[in-house]
Amino acid sequence: MSRILVGPFNRVEGDLEVSLDIDGNQVRSARVNSPLYRGFEQIMLGHDPMDALVYTPRICGICSVSQSVACAQALANLMQLEMPANGQHCTNLVLANENMTDLLTHFYLFFMPDFARPVYAGEDWFEKVEQRFKATKGDASRVMLPARAEFLHLMGLLAGKWPHTLSLQPGGTTKPVEPQERIRLLTITAAFRRFLETELFGDDLNVIASLKSVAELEQWRQQKPWYSSDFRTFLHLNESLELHNLGRATDQFLSYGTYPQGEQRVFKSGIYVGGEHLPLNSADISEDVSHTWMENGDQPRHPSQGKTIPSLENEEGYSWCKSPRLNHQVVEVGALARQLINGHPLAQDLVTQQGGNVHSRIVARLLELAIIIPQMQEWVKAIDPKAPFCNHTELPNSGSSFGMIEAARGSLGHWLEVKKGKIHNYQIIAPTTWNFSPRDQQAVPGALEQALEGTPVREGESEPVAVQHVVRSFDPCMACTVH
Amino acid sequence: MPNLLWLQSGGCGGCTMSLLNAESPDLMTLLEAAGIDLLWHPSLSEQTGREVAQLLEAIVSGEQPLDLLCIEGSMMMGPQGTGRFHMLGGTGKPMIEWVRELSAKAKYTLAVGSCAAYGGITAAGNNHTEATGLQFDGELPGGLLGDDYLSDSGFRVVNIAGCPTHPDWVTETLISIALGEHSEENLDTLGRPRMYADQLVHHGCNRNEYYEYKASATAPGERGCMMENMGCLGTQAHADCNIRDWNGHGSCTSGGYACINCTAPEFEEPGHSFGKTPKIAGIPVGLPTDMPKAWFVALASLSKAATPDRLKENATSEQLIYPPTIHKRKG
Repeated sequence: MSRILVGPFNRVEGDLEVSLDIDGNQVRSARVNSPLYRGFEQIMLGHDPMDALVYTPRICGICSVSQSVACAQALANLMQLEMPANGQHCTNLVLANENMTDLLTHFYLFFMPDFARPVYAGEDWFEKVEQRFKATKGDASRVMLPARAEFLHLMGLLAGKWPHTLSLQPGGTTKPVEPQERIRLLTITAAFRRFLETELFGDDLNVIASLKSVAELEQWRQQKPWYSSDFRTFLHLNESLELHNLGRATDQFLSYGTYPQGEQRVFKSGIYVGGEHLPLNSADISEDVSHTWMENGDQPRHPSQGKTIPSLENEEGYSWCKSPRLNHQVVEVGALARQLINGHPLAQDLVTQQGGNVHSRIVARLLELAIIIPQMQEWVKAIDPKAPFCNHTELPNSGSSFGMIEAARGSLGHWLEVKKGKIHNYQIIAPTTWNFSPRDQQAVPGALEQALEGTPVREGESEPVAVQHVVRSFDPCMACTVH
Repeated sequence: MPNLLWLQSGGCGGCTMSLLNAESPDLMTLLEAAGIDLLWHPSLSEQTGREVAQLLEAIVSGEQPLDLLCIEGSMMMGPQGTGRFHMLGGTGKPMIEWVRELSAKAKYTLAVGSCAAYGGITAAGNNHTEATGLQFDGELPGGLLGDDYLSDSGFRVVNIAGCPTHPDWVTETLISIALGEHSEENLDTLGRPRMYADQLVHHGCNRNEYYEYKASATAPGERGCMMENMGCLGTQAHADCNIRDWNGHGSCTSGGYACINCTAPEFEEPGHSFGKTPKIAGIPVGLPTDMPKAWFVALASLSKAATPDRLKENATSEQLIYPPTIHKRKG
């Protein structure tokens, strides 16, 4: 048996190090280290609770809006404040704009370039894939980056800028939309839809969103040549490299649900454990710090009682990341979890047949793009420039609260306690905290650590390419993970 | 052809995400057109793990020349000066050590974002991680590299401050260096490129008419000037945010919220709530830049007395109540 250390592990957001014990030609066990600690939970103590709207988005430059929305929701719960319909539509639009941008950025810039590595030079698809996806040089980035930047013009109109807006408030949004701006929003979303339909899918978004099973997906794939769209190219790579056999974790999933619409949410909350769909009880969430460089490793704590006191003296520690668990179980979060829990038939069939793996995670992300862009067009149409965008009230002097939403990478929760008008405690569990956690008290590895077990290693590889596919299939955000 | 190495430490990666918003042309085309060769970037490059560590070693040993070193994120000195709050993945070495060694070789060292420039958000609160900037610790010269640091070609650190930085601030600075046009005169006293830092956020703000008549917003989303009540520092903040749009259409103030002066050292701890203007005897603390206090108070009270009804009413409304009157030439 030998050990290899992979790092700096790039094309993830932030810094990452993965330690692999290799047995023969596969990974026997893995340890995942989030090597940067900044301590936002300590930084915010003693500040005006409203200032959390400045600090929390700056946890992460790629999930900035998600952090704002979770924070604003926690503050709104404390204030018992509801948004006017416009505020809700615009919050949803801004959140969806970031989430969809992130899904796109992950696919084109972080994930696909691995298939253009020299290790695949002997494959019959290599030349075309290299031309399209080679890191920094591929043709795809030349069409994807302008489309991404133009799609983010929605942020310019609704949020002032991205990342790091202050437009997302507990009672709505600070940018009332003028009639001409509403029209601009319609053209921005329509243009992005066109990009997805011509470059990414090669088909109408509604066709993609309506695929109901793995068999239907396969049938769709075969309708046109593999190189006719980027999604078909990915499906071809899956067939060639059997990505569905890579990176299976626990097959237990969690989603907090997101995008409120009146009393409902576009994506439901829930859990999927032991092959069953069940409701989420947030009291079942706890964070363990037994293998984290933190003090207070005695018992796992619910985040409302959580503490963050860094200490390198924990000899069992090997990461700054805590270990969130649901009823002491390891769960996976992300687009696949979200679509599965929301009952999308394709996501359900993917999980039933092959569980969570590199292939199903990527398909679920792209499926979500096809579902949400038309939804964004509906939200824009629903904006009424003559109606209010933001409600206001005073913040109570004390109390505790939470905000739970879905970021691009999965479930994001903020737990807030206010005393004497100041932040007394602020705890955050980010999506990649769930996925990239270290071991817990029972020495059970986190989701990625489990997913890496059994991953094949080619002769002489120091950064096994299959390991890179598995790690990046989670679209990790290390900035959020430790915060 | 100058080469560029980009590293990230104690930050959020938001300056990179913002850089990807570059338009006309996109970032890859722009770098190519400017003749800048990307040696390695954590979000964009193919190389991972050992290949990267070997590249960094080759730069430190002098085997690989380095022209442009861009650092994003604060320098994490803690705990107790060890730098262990950020050990660069796979290398077992604190990032601050890597930055010290690499910056000794770089022809130009650039701090991208307020974190790398001055410490920024990561240095807020009691700064328990001992976060600092490359050549400044907040407003004070020093930081990781010290006040006397000069890059291999004899320049101080270029501080492209902002939280995040506008993509053009970064690309224009890089191109100006690539053209061989860099000089200390291009930077202000805080090391910021004067191309964007010689402007105030106030310049071009679409709320200027409200400012002129001190017609002020009282709650988020209202149309009035945000200086009097909402904590806006646009009249003091050095940046061209309202001349050069963000994301095609925007800026903080056009988005309906206060400028928090994110290009300045120590913006992260204003000493009051970000969204409320501190006042003494009803008068906002913090005057517009270069404005004598007595004149400001006198002019403010005069203009407040002269505020047209249109602005007074519109200032505290989300929607435009009164459009400007149309003047008729006859009748």
